[in-house]
Amino acid sequence: MKFLYAAYAATWLIHIAYLVTVARRYARLKREIQDLNRDLR
Amino acid sequence: MKKVFPIFAVLTAGLLSYALYQALIGAPTEQTMGDVQRIFYYHVPSAWTAFLLFSINFVASVWYLIRRNTGADIVALVTAEVGVVFCTVVLVTGPLWARPVWGIWWTWDIRLTSTLVLWLIYVSYLLLRRFSTSGQTPVLAAALAVFGALDVPLVYFSIWFFRTQHPQPVIGGGGSIDPRMLHVLLINWLAFLCFAFLVCWSRYRLERLQRDVEETQALEALLDPRSSVR
Amino acid sequence: MRAESQAVSGVTRATLAKDIRLEWRSKDAINSMLFFALLVVVVFAFSFDPTAEESRQIAGGLVWVAFLFAAVVALNQTWAREIRNQVLDAYRVSPAPPNSLFVAKAVGNFLFVAILECLMTPLFIVFYKLRALGPGWQLVPVAALGTWALVVNGTFFAAMSLRTRSREIMLPLLLFPISIPALLAMVEATTIILSGDGRARFWIVLLATYDLVFTTASLALFEKILDAE
Repeated sequence: MKFLYAAYAATWLIHIAYLVTVARRYARLKREIQDLNRDLR
Repeated sequence: MKKVFPIFAVLTAGLLSYALYQALIGAPTEQTMGDVQRIFYYHVPSAWTAFLLFSINFVASVWYLIRRNTGADIVALVTAEVGVVFCTVVLVTGPLWARPVWGIWWTWDIRLTSTLVLWLIYVSYLLLRRFSTSGQTPVLAAALAVFGALDVPLVYFSIWFFRTQHPQPVIGGGGSIDPRMLHVLLINWLAFLCFAFLVCWSRYRLERLQRDVEETQALEALLDPRSSVR
Repeated sequence: MRAESQAVSGVTRATLAKDIRLEWRSKDAINSMLFFALLVVVVFAFSFDPTAEESRQIAGGLVWVAFLFAAVVALNQTWAREIRNQVLDAYRVSPAPPNSLFVAKAVGNFLFVAILECLMTPLFIVFYKLRALGPGWQLVPVAALGTWALVVNGTFFAAMSLRTRSREIMLPLLLFPISIPALLAMVEATTIILSGDGRARFWIVLLATYDLVFTTASLALFEKILDAE
Protein backbone atom coordinates (compact mmCIF):
# COMPACT_ATOMS: atom_id res chain seq x y z
CA MET A 1 0.00 0.00 0.00
CA LYS A 2 1.29 3.41 -0.98
CA PHE A 3 0.40 4.97 2.37
CA LEU A 4 2.32 2.37 4.32
CA TYR A 5 5.55 3.04 2.44
CA ALA A 6 4.96 6.78 2.57
CA ALA A 7 4.59 6.61 6.34
CA TYR A 8 7.77 4.61 6.85
CA ALA A 9 9.70 6.76 4.42
CA ALA A 10 8.42 9.96 6.03
CA THR A 11 9.48 8.71 9.46
CA TRP A 12 13.05 8.16 8.37
CA LEU A 13 13.17 11.35 6.32
CA ILE A 14 12.22 13.35 9.41
CA HIS A 15 14.82 11.62 11.56
CA ILE A 16 17.52 11.97 8.93
CA ALA A 17 16.70 15.66 8.45
CA TYR A 18 17.24 16.27 12.15
CA LEU A 19 20.47 14.28 12.21
CA VAL A 20 21.73 16.28 9.24
CA THR A 21 21.14 19.55 11.11
CA VAL A 22 23.01 18.16 14.12
CA ALA A 23 25.89 17.02 11.90
CA ARG A 24 26.13 20.38 10.17
CA ARG A 25 26.23 22.25 13.46
CA TYR A 26 28.95 19.89 14.58
CA ALA A 27 30.98 20.56 11.43
CA ARG A 28 30.65 24.29 11.93
CA LEU A 29 31.70 23.93 15.53
CA LYS A 30 34.78 21.93 14.55
CA ARG A 31 35.81 24.76 12.23
CA GLU A 32 35.38 27.30 15.00
CA ILE A 33 37.54 25.20 17.29
CA GLN A 34 40.25 25.13 14.64
CA ASP A 35 40.05 28.91 14.38
CA LEU A 36 40.30 29.24 18.14
CA ASN A 37 43.28 26.93 18.29
CA ARG A 38 44.99 29.01 15.64
CA ASP A 39 44.27 32.28 17.41
CA LEU A 40 45.37 31.05 20.79
CA ARG A 41 48.67 29.76 19.52
CA MET B 1 32.77 6.33 26.82
CA LYS B 2 33.93 7.06 23.28
CA LYS B 3 34.18 3.37 22.43
CA VAL B 4 30.68 2.57 23.61
CA PHE B 5 28.97 4.91 21.18
CA PRO B 6 29.86 3.21 17.88
CA ILE B 7 29.14 -0.24 19.30
CA PHE B 8 25.80 0.89 20.58
CA ALA B 9 25.06 2.60 17.27
CA VAL B 10 25.69 -0.60 15.33
CA LEU B 11 23.54 -2.59 17.74
CA THR B 12 20.75 -0.06 17.41
CA ALA B 13 20.94 -0.13 13.63
CA GLY B 14 20.65 -3.90 13.76
CA LEU B 15 17.72 -3.75 16.12
CA LEU B 16 15.95 -1.17 13.97
CA SER B 17 16.42 -3.31 10.87
CA TYR B 18 15.11 -6.38 12.63
CA ALA B 19 12.15 -4.42 13.97
CA LEU B 20 11.43 -3.05 10.49
CA TYR B 21 11.46 -6.53 9.02
CA GLN B 22 9.08 -7.74 11.70
CA ALA B 23 6.79 -4.79 11.15
CA LEU B 24 6.59 -5.17 7.39
CA ILE B 25 6.74 -8.93 7.02
CA GLY B 26 6.89 -10.79 10.29
CA ALA B 27 3.76 -9.42 11.89
CA PRO B 28 0.43 -10.93 10.90
CA THR B 29 -1.80 -8.90 8.60
CA GLU B 30 -4.67 -7.18 10.28
CA GLN B 31 -8.12 -8.37 9.29
CA THR B 32 -10.10 -5.21 8.72
CA MET B 33 -7.47 -2.67 7.70
CA GLY B 34 -5.00 -4.82 5.82
CA ASP B 35 -1.36 -3.93 5.39
CA VAL B 36 -1.89 -0.23 6.08
CA GLN B 37 -2.30 -1.14 9.72
CA ARG B 38 1.45 -1.78 9.83
CA ILE B 39 1.95 1.97 10.18
CA PHE B 40 0.89 1.24 13.76
CA TYR B 41 4.35 -0.23 14.46
CA TYR B 42 6.00 3.13 13.76
CA HIS B 43 3.20 5.46 14.84
CA VAL B 44 2.65 4.19 18.37
CA PRO B 45 6.29 3.70 19.45
CA SER B 46 7.08 7.21 18.21
CA ALA B 47 4.25 8.59 20.34
CA TRP B 48 5.40 6.67 23.43
CA THR B 49 9.00 7.78 22.88
CA ALA B 50 7.94 11.40 22.51
CA PHE B 51 5.93 11.25 25.74
CA LEU B 52 8.87 9.68 27.55
CA LEU B 53 11.25 12.36 26.27
CA PHE B 54 8.89 15.12 27.37
CA SER B 55 8.62 13.53 30.80
CA ILE B 56 12.39 13.61 31.07
CA ASN B 57 12.26 17.24 29.97
CA PHE B 58 9.90 17.99 32.85
CA VAL B 59 12.13 16.28 35.42
CA ALA B 60 15.24 17.99 34.03
CA SER B 61 13.51 21.39 34.08
CA VAL B 62 12.42 21.00 37.69
CA TRP B 63 15.91 19.84 38.60
CA TYR B 64 17.34 22.90 36.92
CA LEU B 65 14.99 25.23 38.77
CA ILE B 66 16.07 23.71 42.07
CA ARG B 67 19.78 23.12 41.48
CA ARG B 68 20.74 25.38 38.54
CA ASN B 69 22.76 22.50 37.12
CA THR B 70 23.90 23.13 33.53
CA GLY B 71 23.73 19.44 32.70
CA ALA B 72 20.04 19.43 33.60
CA ASP B 73 19.44 22.42 31.36
CA ILE B 74 21.11 20.71 28.42
CA VAL B 75 19.12 17.52 29.02
CA ALA B 76 15.95 19.59 29.00
CA LEU B 77 16.89 21.24 25.71
CA VAL B 78 17.92 17.99 24.07
CA THR B 79 14.86 15.98 25.12
CA ALA B 80 12.59 18.79 23.95
CA GLU B 81 14.22 18.87 20.51
CA VAL B 82 14.26 15.13 19.98
CA GLY B 83 10.77 14.90 21.46
CA VAL B 84 9.50 17.36 18.88
CA VAL B 85 11.12 15.28 16.13
CA PHE B 86 9.31 12.14 17.31
CA CYS B 87 6.08 14.11 17.72
CA THR B 88 6.39 15.25 14.12
CA VAL B 89 6.66 11.64 13.07
CA VAL B 90 3.45 10.82 14.96
CA LEU B 91 1.63 13.75 13.36
CA VAL B 92 2.73 12.71 9.87
CA THR B 93 2.13 8.97 10.18
CA GLY B 94 -1.25 9.49 11.84
CA PRO B 95 -2.97 11.15 8.89
CA LEU B 96 -1.21 8.78 6.49
CA TRP B 97 -2.91 5.99 8.40
CA ALA B 98 -6.24 7.72 8.78
CA ARG B 99 -6.67 8.58 5.13
CA PRO B 100 -6.83 5.08 3.63
CA VAL B 101 -8.72 3.67 6.60
CA TRP B 102 -11.26 6.39 7.32
CA GLY B 103 -11.13 8.49 4.17
CA ILE B 104 -10.20 11.63 6.08
CA TRP B 105 -6.78 13.11 6.78
CA TRP B 106 -7.48 14.30 10.29
CA THR B 107 -9.65 13.19 13.14
CA TRP B 108 -9.85 14.55 16.65
CA ASP B 109 -8.60 11.20 17.84
CA ILE B 110 -7.35 11.57 21.36
CA ARG B 111 -3.80 10.43 20.75
CA LEU B 112 -3.39 12.50 17.59
CA THR B 113 -4.94 15.61 19.13
CA SER B 114 -2.97 15.36 22.37
CA THR B 115 0.17 14.92 20.31
CA LEU B 116 -0.65 18.00 18.27
CA VAL B 117 -1.09 20.12 21.38
CA LEU B 118 2.08 18.68 22.87
CA TRP B 119 3.90 19.47 19.66
CA LEU B 120 2.66 23.06 19.80
CA ILE B 121 3.67 23.47 23.42
CA TYR B 122 7.19 22.16 22.92
CA VAL B 123 7.73 24.03 19.68
CA SER B 124 6.85 27.20 21.60
CA TYR B 125 9.38 26.07 24.23
CA LEU B 126 12.06 25.75 21.55
CA LEU B 127 11.10 29.14 20.10
CA LEU B 128 11.46 30.74 23.51
CA ARG B 129 14.91 29.21 23.79
CA ARG B 130 15.88 30.54 20.40
CA PHE B 131 14.47 34.05 20.63
CA SER B 132 15.16 34.87 24.24
CA THR B 133 17.91 37.41 24.69
CA SER B 134 17.90 37.19 28.46
CA GLY B 135 21.01 35.87 30.13
CA GLN B 136 18.75 33.62 32.13
CA THR B 137 17.02 31.81 29.28
CA PRO B 138 17.38 28.40 30.98
CA VAL B 139 15.30 29.60 33.91
CA LEU B 140 12.56 30.95 31.66
CA ALA B 141 12.58 27.79 29.56
CA ALA B 142 12.40 25.60 32.65
CA ALA B 143 9.40 27.56 33.93
CA LEU B 144 7.68 27.15 30.57
CA ALA B 145 8.43 23.42 30.62
CA VAL B 146 6.78 23.14 34.03
CA PHE B 147 3.71 24.95 32.72
CA GLY B 148 3.63 22.67 29.71
CA ALA B 149 3.88 19.55 31.82
CA LEU B 150 1.11 20.74 34.14
CA ASP B 151 -1.01 21.36 31.09
CA VAL B 152 -0.72 17.81 29.77
CA PRO B 153 -3.33 16.12 31.99
CA LEU B 154 -5.70 19.02 31.39
CA VAL B 155 -5.19 18.69 27.63
CA TYR B 156 -5.87 14.99 27.84
CA PHE B 157 -9.04 15.33 29.89
CA SER B 158 -10.48 18.14 27.84
CA ILE B 159 -9.98 16.25 24.58
CA TRP B 160 -11.29 13.03 26.12
CA PHE B 161 -14.50 14.69 27.20
CA PHE B 162 -14.79 16.56 23.91
CA ARG B 163 -14.63 13.24 22.12
CA THR B 164 -17.32 11.67 24.25
CA GLN B 165 -19.53 14.59 23.25
CA HIS B 166 -18.47 14.50 19.60
CA PRO B 167 -17.53 10.91 18.75
CA GLN B 168 -14.78 10.51 16.20
CA PRO B 169 -13.03 7.62 14.51
CA VAL B 170 -10.32 6.08 16.61
CA ILE B 171 -6.94 5.69 15.02
CA GLY B 172 -5.04 2.68 16.18
CA GLY B 173 -8.03 0.65 17.20
CA GLY B 174 -9.05 0.12 20.75
CA GLY B 175 -9.50 -3.13 22.51
CA SER B 176 -7.20 -6.07 22.79
CA ILE B 177 -4.27 -6.77 20.59
CA ASP B 178 -2.96 -9.98 19.09
CA PRO B 179 0.09 -11.09 21.15
CA ARG B 180 2.20 -11.46 18.03
CA MET B 181 1.39 -7.86 17.10
CA LEU B 182 2.17 -6.73 20.61
CA HIS B 183 5.54 -8.42 20.35
CA VAL B 184 6.38 -6.59 17.13
CA LEU B 185 5.14 -3.33 18.62
CA LEU B 186 7.39 -3.69 21.64
CA ILE B 187 10.40 -4.63 19.53
CA ASN B 188 9.92 -1.49 17.48
CA TRP B 189 9.52 0.57 20.61
CA LEU B 190 12.74 -0.78 22.06
CA ALA B 191 14.54 -0.07 18.80
CA PHE B 192 13.28 3.51 18.69
CA LEU B 193 14.13 4.05 22.34
CA CYS B 194 17.72 3.03 21.63
CA PHE B 195 17.75 5.28 18.60
CA ALA B 196 16.34 8.18 20.61
CA PHE B 197 18.99 7.64 23.26
CA LEU B 198 21.75 7.75 20.65
CA VAL B 199 20.39 10.93 19.10
CA CYS B 200 19.98 12.60 22.50
CA TRP B 201 23.49 11.57 23.50
CA SER B 202 24.97 13.06 20.31
CA ARG B 203 22.98 16.24 20.67
CA TYR B 204 24.02 16.52 24.31
CA ARG B 205 27.68 16.27 23.40
CA LEU B 206 27.21 18.83 20.65
CA GLU B 207 25.56 21.26 23.04
CA ARG B 208 28.24 20.81 25.70
CA LEU B 209 30.92 21.43 23.11
CA GLN B 210 29.07 24.47 21.78
CA ARG B 211 28.83 26.05 25.21
CA ASP B 212 32.50 25.39 25.93
CA VAL B 213 33.45 26.99 22.62
CA GLU B 214 31.27 30.02 23.30
CA GLU B 215 32.82 30.42 26.73
CA THR B 216 36.29 30.22 25.24
CA GLN B 217 35.39 32.71 22.54
CA ALA B 218 34.07 35.10 25.16
CA LEU B 219 37.25 34.78 27.20
CA GLU B 220 39.35 35.28 24.12
CA ALA B 221 37.51 38.46 23.27
CA LEU B 222 38.18 39.75 26.77
CA LEU B 223 41.86 38.88 26.84
CA ASP B 224 42.69 39.75 23.25
CA PRO B 225 45.45 42.39 23.32
CA ARG B 226 44.26 43.65 19.98
CA SER B 227 40.83 44.55 21.29
CA SER B 228 40.08 48.13 22.10
CA VAL B 229 38.93 47.33 25.62
CA ARG B 230 41.61 48.26 28.13
CA MET C 1 2.98 37.02 59.61
CA ARG C 2 0.13 39.51 59.80
CA ALA C 3 2.46 42.37 58.96
CA GLU C 4 3.79 40.45 55.95
CA SER C 5 0.39 39.62 54.54
CA GLN C 6 -0.65 43.20 55.07
CA ALA C 7 2.43 44.26 53.13
CA VAL C 8 1.47 41.93 50.29
CA SER C 9 -2.07 43.15 49.97
CA GLY C 10 -0.91 46.72 50.51
CA VAL C 11 1.51 46.58 47.61
CA THR C 12 -1.02 44.73 45.49
CA ARG C 13 -3.71 47.30 46.16
CA ALA C 14 -1.34 50.19 45.56
CA THR C 15 -0.02 48.80 42.29
CA LEU C 16 -3.49 47.93 41.11
CA ALA C 17 -4.84 51.35 42.03
CA LYS C 18 -1.94 53.01 40.25
CA ASP C 19 -2.48 50.98 37.10
CA ILE C 20 -6.19 51.69 37.05
CA ARG C 21 -5.62 55.38 37.65
CA LEU C 22 -3.00 55.64 34.90
CA GLU C 23 -5.18 53.70 32.52
CA TRP C 24 -8.22 55.80 33.32
CA ARG C 25 -6.31 58.94 32.52
CA SER C 26 -4.78 57.82 29.24
CA LYS C 27 -7.23 55.10 28.22
CA ASP C 28 -4.47 53.82 25.92
CA ALA C 29 -5.04 50.16 26.37
CA ILE C 30 -8.80 50.26 26.63
CA ASN C 31 -9.19 52.30 23.47
CA SER C 32 -6.93 50.15 21.35
CA MET C 33 -8.49 46.97 22.70
CA LEU C 34 -12.01 48.25 22.12
CA PHE C 35 -11.34 49.32 18.59
CA PHE C 36 -9.55 46.11 17.79
CA ALA C 37 -12.38 44.05 19.24
CA LEU C 38 -14.94 46.05 17.31
CA LEU C 39 -13.00 45.43 14.10
CA VAL C 40 -12.93 41.72 14.83
CA VAL C 41 -16.69 41.62 15.44
CA VAL C 42 -17.42 43.51 12.23
CA VAL C 43 -15.07 41.43 10.10
CA PHE C 44 -16.60 38.24 11.46
CA ALA C 45 -20.08 39.63 10.83
CA PHE C 46 -19.18 40.25 7.20
CA SER C 47 -17.60 36.82 6.83
CA PHE C 48 -20.48 34.87 8.28
CA ASP C 49 -24.13 35.68 7.99
CA PRO C 50 -25.66 32.89 9.98
CA THR C 51 -29.24 32.16 10.86
CA ALA C 52 -30.15 32.34 14.51
CA GLU C 53 -29.85 28.57 14.76
CA GLU C 54 -26.42 28.45 13.16
CA SER C 55 -25.31 31.40 15.28
CA ARG C 56 -25.79 29.47 18.46
CA GLN C 57 -23.50 26.75 17.18
CA ILE C 58 -20.64 28.98 16.06
CA ALA C 59 -20.95 31.99 18.36
CA GLY C 60 -19.06 30.27 21.16
CA GLY C 61 -15.97 29.90 19.03
CA LEU C 62 -16.22 33.33 17.39
CA VAL C 63 -16.74 35.21 20.61
CA TRP C 64 -13.85 33.59 22.41
CA VAL C 65 -11.48 34.02 19.48
CA ALA C 66 -12.36 37.72 19.45
CA PHE C 67 -11.86 37.99 23.22
CA LEU C 68 -8.60 36.08 22.98
CA PHE C 69 -7.17 38.49 20.41
CA ALA C 70 -8.30 41.48 22.42
CA ALA C 71 -6.78 39.98 25.56
CA VAL C 72 -3.45 39.59 23.77
CA VAL C 73 -3.49 43.30 22.92
CA ALA C 74 -4.02 44.09 26.61
CA LEU C 75 -1.44 41.58 27.82
CA ASN C 76 1.26 42.82 25.48
CA GLN C 77 1.33 46.18 27.19
CA THR C 78 1.20 44.77 30.73
CA TRP C 79 4.79 45.42 31.54
CA ALA C 80 5.47 48.14 28.98
CA ARG C 81 5.20 50.96 31.48
CA GLU C 82 7.41 49.14 33.97
CA ILE C 83 10.08 48.57 31.37
CA ARG C 84 10.06 52.17 30.19
CA ASN C 85 10.63 53.51 33.68
CA GLN C 86 12.90 50.81 35.05
CA VAL C 87 10.35 50.04 37.69
CA LEU C 88 11.13 46.34 37.66
CA ASP C 89 14.60 46.94 39.03
CA ALA C 90 13.07 48.93 41.86
CA TYR C 91 10.72 46.05 42.63
CA ARG C 92 13.57 43.60 42.62
CA VAL C 93 15.51 45.43 45.30
CA SER C 94 12.53 46.39 47.38
CA PRO C 95 11.37 44.16 50.23
CA ALA C 96 7.93 43.88 48.64
CA PRO C 97 7.10 40.29 47.75
CA PRO C 98 7.19 39.84 43.95
CA ASN C 99 3.89 38.01 43.97
CA SER C 100 2.05 41.15 44.96
CA LEU C 101 3.26 42.74 41.74
CA PHE C 102 2.08 39.76 39.75
CA VAL C 103 -1.33 39.66 41.39
CA ALA C 104 -1.80 43.38 40.80
CA LYS C 105 -0.92 43.05 37.12
CA ALA C 106 -3.08 39.97 36.63
CA VAL C 107 -6.09 41.49 38.35
CA GLY C 108 -5.62 44.71 36.40
CA ASN C 109 -5.56 42.79 33.13
CA PHE C 110 -8.58 40.80 34.22
CA LEU C 111 -10.54 43.99 34.86
CA PHE C 112 -9.58 45.47 31.49
CA VAL C 113 -10.53 42.36 29.57
CA ALA C 114 -13.74 41.91 31.57
CA ILE C 115 -14.79 45.45 30.79
CA LEU C 116 -14.05 44.78 27.15
CA GLU C 117 -16.17 41.63 27.22
CA CYS C 118 -19.08 43.51 28.78
CA LEU C 119 -18.88 46.12 26.05
CA MET C 120 -18.56 43.64 23.21
CA THR C 121 -21.25 41.20 24.26
CA PRO C 122 -24.21 43.41 23.28
CA LEU C 123 -22.59 43.86 19.87
CA PHE C 124 -22.31 40.14 19.41
CA ILE C 125 -25.90 39.61 20.53
CA VAL C 126 -27.08 42.12 17.98
CA PHE C 127 -24.91 41.00 15.07
CA TYR C 128 -25.64 37.31 15.55
CA LYS C 129 -29.19 37.48 16.91
CA LEU C 130 -28.07 35.53 19.93
CA ARG C 131 -30.35 34.17 22.58
CA ALA C 132 -29.39 31.62 25.19
CA LEU C 133 -31.57 28.55 25.08
CA GLY C 134 -29.82 27.05 28.08
CA PRO C 135 -29.20 28.56 31.52
CA GLY C 136 -27.85 31.97 30.48
CA TRP C 137 -26.59 32.86 33.95
CA GLN C 138 -23.96 30.14 33.60
CA LEU C 139 -22.25 32.31 31.02
CA VAL C 140 -21.04 34.54 33.85
CA PRO C 141 -18.89 31.93 35.64
CA VAL C 142 -17.72 30.64 32.25
CA ALA C 143 -16.62 34.12 31.22
CA ALA C 144 -15.04 34.88 34.57
CA LEU C 145 -13.11 31.61 34.84
CA GLY C 146 -12.18 31.67 31.18
CA THR C 147 -10.93 35.24 31.25
CA TRP C 148 -8.86 34.55 34.36
CA ALA C 149 -7.36 31.48 32.65
CA LEU C 150 -6.16 33.63 29.76
CA VAL C 151 -5.07 36.52 31.90
CA VAL C 152 -3.13 34.64 34.57
CA ASN C 153 -0.99 32.76 32.06
CA GLY C 154 -0.83 35.77 29.77
CA THR C 155 0.55 38.04 32.48
CA PHE C 156 3.15 35.41 33.37
CA PHE C 157 4.20 34.83 29.77
CA ALA C 158 4.29 38.58 29.14
CA ALA C 159 6.91 38.78 31.87
CA MET C 160 8.82 35.90 30.28
CA SER C 161 8.74 37.55 26.86
CA LEU C 162 10.24 40.81 28.05
CA ARG C 163 13.72 39.96 26.90
CA THR C 164 13.01 38.26 23.62
CA ARG C 165 13.26 39.34 20.02
CA SER C 166 9.78 39.91 18.54
CA ARG C 167 8.29 40.30 21.98
CA GLU C 168 4.75 40.93 20.76
CA ILE C 169 4.68 37.71 18.79
CA MET C 170 6.31 35.63 21.50
CA LEU C 171 3.45 36.21 23.93
CA PRO C 172 0.69 34.64 21.78
CA LEU C 173 3.11 31.95 20.61
CA LEU C 174 3.63 30.88 24.20
CA LEU C 175 0.09 31.53 25.42
CA PHE C 176 -2.06 29.82 22.79
CA PRO C 177 -0.79 26.22 23.01
CA ILE C 178 -0.90 26.15 26.80
CA SER C 179 -4.37 27.69 26.78
CA ILE C 180 -5.88 25.08 24.50
CA PRO C 181 -7.69 23.11 27.22
CA ALA C 182 -9.11 26.32 28.66
CA LEU C 183 -10.13 27.60 25.21
CA LEU C 184 -11.80 24.31 24.39
CA ALA C 185 -13.67 24.45 27.69
CA MET C 186 -14.78 28.07 27.18
CA VAL C 187 -15.99 27.50 23.66
CA GLU C 188 -17.76 24.23 24.42
CA ALA C 189 -19.41 25.60 27.54
CA THR C 190 -20.61 28.70 25.70
CA THR C 191 -21.97 26.65 22.82
CA ILE C 192 -23.73 24.28 25.19
CA ILE C 193 -25.32 27.13 27.12
CA LEU C 194 -26.41 28.97 24.00
CA SER C 195 -27.85 25.95 22.27
CA GLY C 196 -29.28 24.44 25.43
CA ASP C 197 -27.84 21.14 24.28
CA GLY C 198 -26.36 19.26 27.22
CA ARG C 199 -24.71 20.33 30.41
CA ALA C 200 -21.77 22.65 30.78
CA ARG C 201 -20.85 21.45 34.27
CA PHE C 202 -17.81 19.40 33.23
CA TRP C 203 -16.33 22.31 31.31
CA ILE C 204 -16.89 24.74 34.15
CA VAL C 205 -15.18 22.37 36.58
CA LEU C 206 -12.33 21.94 34.10
CA LEU C 207 -11.93 25.71 33.83
CA ALA C 208 -11.89 26.05 37.60
CA THR C 209 -9.23 23.33 37.85
CA TYR C 210 -7.19 24.97 35.11
CA ASP C 211 -7.38 28.30 36.91
CA LEU C 212 -6.33 26.75 40.20
CA VAL C 213 -3.39 24.88 38.72
CA PHE C 214 -1.99 27.77 36.75
CA THR C 215 -2.59 30.47 39.33
CA THR C 216 -0.60 28.35 41.78
CA ALA C 217 2.13 27.70 39.21
CA SER C 218 2.39 31.38 38.29
CA LEU C 219 2.60 32.49 41.91
CA ALA C 220 5.18 29.81 42.66
CA LEU C 221 7.44 30.63 39.73
CA PHE C 222 6.99 34.37 39.25
CA GLU C 223 9.83 35.33 41.55
CA LYS C 224 12.24 33.17 39.56
CA ILE C 225 11.07 34.81 36.36
CA LEU C 226 11.40 38.29 37.76
CA ASP C 227 14.95 37.60 38.90
CA ALA C 228 15.73 36.26 35.46
CA GLU C 229 15.07 39.53 33.74
